[in-house]
Amino acid sequence: MCYALDYVLKSITYPMNEILAAVAEAGRMIAQFDAAVVDIVLLSLRVSLTAVLFASLIGLPLGAVIAVGWFPGRRVSIVLLNALMGLPPVVVGLFVYLMLSRAGPLGQFGILFTPAAMIVAQTILIAPIVAALSRQVIEDAWQEYREQLCSLGAGPARSALTLLWDTRFSLVTIVLAGFGRAAAEVGAVIIVGGNIDGVTRVMTTAIALETSKGDLPLALGLGIILITLVLTLNAAAYWVKESAQRRYG
Amino acid sequence: MLPLVLEQVSFVAGGKLIVDRVSMEIVEGPRTVILGPNGAGKSVLMRLCHGLLAPTSGTIAWRGAVNGRLRQAMVFQRPVMLRRSAVANIAYGLKLNGVSPRERELRARDVLEAVGLAGIADRPARVLSGGEQQRLALARAWALGPEVLFLDEPTANLDPRASRDIETLIGQIRAGGTKIVMTTHNLGQAKRLGDEILFLNEGRLVERTSVDRFFTQPASAEAEAFIRGELPWN
Repeated sequence: MCYALDYVLKSITYPMNEILAAVAEAGRMIAQFDAAVVDIVLLSLRVSLTAVLFASLIGLPLGAVIAVGWFPGRRVSIVLLNALMGLPPVVVGLFVYLMLSRAGPLGQFGILFTPAAMIVAQTILIAPIVAALSRQVIEDAWQEYREQLCSLGAGPARSALTLLWDTRFSLVTIVLAGFGRAAAEVGAVIIVGGNIDGVTRVMTTAIALETSKGDLPLALGLGIILITLVLTLNAAAYWVKESAQRRYG
Repeated sequence: MLPLVLEQVSFVAGGKLIVDRVSMEIVEGPRTVILGPNGAGKSVLMRLCHGLLAPTSGTIAWRGAVNGRLRQAMVFQRPVMLRRSAVANIAYGLKLNGVSPRERELRARDVLEAVGLAGIADRPARVLSGGEQQRLALARAWALGPEVLFLDEPTANLDPRASRDIETLIGQIRAGGTKIVMTTHNLGQAKRLGDEILFLNEGRLVERTSVDRFFTQPASAEAEAFIRGELPWN
């Protein structure tokens, strides 16, 4: 309630020319590689790229195993994974917070309010996305390849590896979707990171904070960078997939 | 490893009887053609023989298998190429069969040469034409040095010219001492490529006879009707 009211009051108090001035200032900060902006962007990239790396290490093999394997509970795990794709970031944040807090089961590591905690939270958030989406892609390929691979003598493990490699162009897109989700979420990182200036402040948490403080140029500048980043990545993913499939069929 | 002996083999899928108590023996030597109309159960019978499907009832046994190792391969109606080069597709099959990396490459190049695909060895397999892909599929199977090669309607999706290339290649493989077992619904192909005919209709093995006998004096009414019905389209 208070936040909403706050926001309404601020938007009333900013006249149009002031917003335009903020946009111009944001442009200047980006163009001049403003030190505060650069630090925040680099930390964002470090956290989200590391998280997407771990999420892929977990999610891709998991997706392949569920796609190829036939074990009890397979259907349940598919439904579960699909449901986990929609995990609310704040709930993941809360869960990781409880795990890592001093009294929690993993409290001894003392990583709460560090980038490591943020990486853990984002990994938990996007590993199910990578697993569920890659499961779908790999299972579709498995329908096509199954008899041929069995005929050549491939067991389940070999089949899973072969399919991971053969669907690589589609999987790149999935991994980048995971990165987009990680880079864009606020809820998890703000809870476990704490948005500490120079330590755990990333683009999304900075935008949330600066907006509520009224520092529009920094918030806008980071917003522009975030959107540009996500757009560029998706364009790159699309291009990689298209050109690779034209080349490899 | 031959003979392959089937005893009272049935296969049920989705409550439907697809192969109905088939007993037969596939022996060394003659080229065996499994002939029959669409939906007769030819492809399923072949998959049972190859081991891709397990029979619902009955037994399938390789009576001559030495210490359990089966040197058999199969080529499907629609070739499935891996997303890698032509030569890598062949090497992949060899790798699964325990061939060392250096020998893989040599043997893969050799077999590509033999099937006339040496020029496209390094092209991605999935962008080759249908005929080239099917030749590559045959090469991949042949490279494994199978004693028995199962071919499931190997030319059904190909134009006449590509079909002829495939038929020539099958002759080449057979000349190398590999037993050929193939399914087809094409009578001309059965005549050209078969020595013995296993005629299948509605999941049952209706007739087993030499090609000459089958086309001149079929023993069953079904076979006669099939030959009559198909001949104009030949």
